[in-house]
Amino acid sequence: MIQRIRIVALAAAALAIPAALSGCAASSGASSDKDSVSVVGFSVLKTANEPVIADFQKTSEGKDVSFTTSYGASGDQSRAVAGGLHADEVHLSLEPDVASLVDAGLVDASWNQTPTKGILTDSEVVFLVRKGNPLGIKTWDDLVKPGVKIITPNPASSGSAKWNILAAWAHAANAPGGNDTKAKAFVTKVLDNTVALPGSGSDALASFVAGNGDVLLAYENDSIQARAAGDDVDYILPDDTLLIQNPVALTTDASAPAADFLKFQLSEAGQSDYAKAGFRPVIQGIDVDVPGANDPSNPFPAVKTQYTIDKTFGGWEKANAEFFDDKTGVITKIIAGLNVGG
Amino acid sequence: MTTAVLGQDTRPVGRGRPGVRSTLTGGSALGLGIAMIWFSLLVLIPLAAIVATAGKDGWSGYVDTLTNPQTWAAIKLTVGQSALVTAVNVVMGTLIAWVLVRDRFWGRGLLDLVIDIPFAMPTIVAGLVLLGLYGPKGPLGINVANTRTSVTLALAFVTLPFIVRTVQPVLAELDADVEEAAASLGAGRLTILRRLVLPSLVPAIAAGAALSFARAISEYGSLVLLSGMLPYKTEVVSVRVLSFIEGGDQTSAAALATIMLFVALFVIVVLDIIQRRVARRG
Repeated sequence: MIQRIRIVALAAAALAIPAALSGCAASSGASSDKDSVSVVGFSVLKTANEPVIADFQKTSEGKDVSFTTSYGASGDQSRAVAGGLHADEVHLSLEPDVASLVDAGLVDASWNQTPTKGILTDSEVVFLVRKGNPLGIKTWDDLVKPGVKIITPNPASSGSAKWNILAAWAHAANAPGGNDTKAKAFVTKVLDNTVALPGSGSDALASFVAGNGDVLLAYENDSIQARAAGDDVDYILPDDTLLIQNPVALTTDASAPAADFLKFQLSEAGQSDYAKAGFRPVIQGIDVDVPGANDPSNPFPAVKTQYTIDKTFGGWEKANAEFFDDKTGVITKIIAGLNVGG
Repeated sequence: MTTAVLGQDTRPVGRGRPGVRSTLTGGSALGLGIAMIWFSLLVLIPLAAIVATAGKDGWSGYVDTLTNPQTWAAIKLTVGQSALVTAVNVVMGTLIAWVLVRDRFWGRGLLDLVIDIPFAMPTIVAGLVLLGLYGPKGPLGINVANTRTSVTLALAFVTLPFIVRTVQPVLAELDADVEEAAASLGAGRLTILRRLVLPSLVPAIAAGAALSFARAISEYGSLVLLSGMLPYKTEVVSVRVLSFIEGGDQTSAAALATIMLFVALFVIVVLDIIQRRVARRG
């Protein structure tokens, strides 16, 4: 008898859920698709975007706008959109993932002709270490000391890991007396000290938090979020590091409110929300406390020597071909020649 | 020895032999048609597409993929570890099935239920749990994270149920009277096991081994956090495929996938041959 009741309840639920869903769809669908925005973003944005969307919906432009969101690894998301996933706005980890959508004809070639050059959020490459920094790691050179166990996502499978490796390269190439040969040797040493090359940034963080390694090459925003979430970790912002710039673009057939949303994301209110989630603002004059930052009241201290992908490496297209080409890339070759553990 | 046929290959004897008449009636022809359409849509067409993509560069695509030392190392690791884990499963899986079917003990029902957890659990969660237990912070003081042992461990975890679940029903169907009869006729326990029980179980063990091996060579999720994915050391084929896709190199990804497809096919055929040989001798 109990079984029977359960089945009836299940059946009722099965009928009720689609009915409720279609009810929602009908109420928002009354004014058609035009009032909805589909955001496709890279994984760490999931938590960062929630308050931004909520605050946008409080404004007069955003009042009746509904959102659908999808988050995942940046490259996967880009390929999903190219493969037909509907998106009004894409917010990805690095520029080449947007460039491939331009090639696919889904994003206009002029997407980066904006005051922020198509960039929505910034971050820095930092060192995530165990609480109290037991190994006293402060600079890039501390990473290549014998016995330091490094974790970084694999640049072959994780677009975001490319930021980390390029930051190490930039350090060695731009240090006094530095050049490409020395940079190659330095990155080789970093990779020699690497004990795990997880597939993505979030996997690498999970692996580090579970106890793997001494240092994780990470994003500043990820590190701040990990600390805010209560993980037993500290992060070190080195004196010289690479600026991470996450691009945003509207697709060619983006809905009308998507442009309003993008404008809001770039406004003081939107950038404040992103700052609270650990991202460096891309506009001036944002002053918020950031829980989880080393100094919550001064969360984003200026980096003494700031490398950027454009200034230091001549843009992503050049850097990708030079470093990460799957046959001739400098980094690809270093990894192929590692032969760890024979 | 006719009784030993119990639980053996139940496929029709005449299968594949020349001169066998089709038994299809109107209704069963419709059934076969539906089955084939479903199978084609889900399996045959996608597989053909992979092989076609892989063939875009002709043979050179395969040669390039196979001669890349990093990929070759990944293939060796994956196939080697899968074979090792399958061998372990053949012993342990049969043993667990035996215990579950033949013995009565407290907690048997629970154990029977828990066996399926590696099936049901998202593999990334499995990896996280294994890392917690056998990683640097593990309470047991064993740390296998980022070593080859971690690959063995993760594969053994996810493939555990296969042989247990294929052997269990066959073992349950085995007639204990036959064994008793053999014993009363003077056969020792070892003889009974070797001449009566094992031959009946071999088809089930082989089927489970094939499943276990195929599952192991395609594993990804449970290795993500545990193995460290180090090239030449703990990087498995699925990670190489992912790297190719991320690098926009679909042809190499498909070529590697096709190679693994043939590896799996080869192993399944070999297991089937072994199984037939043993069954015939039994």
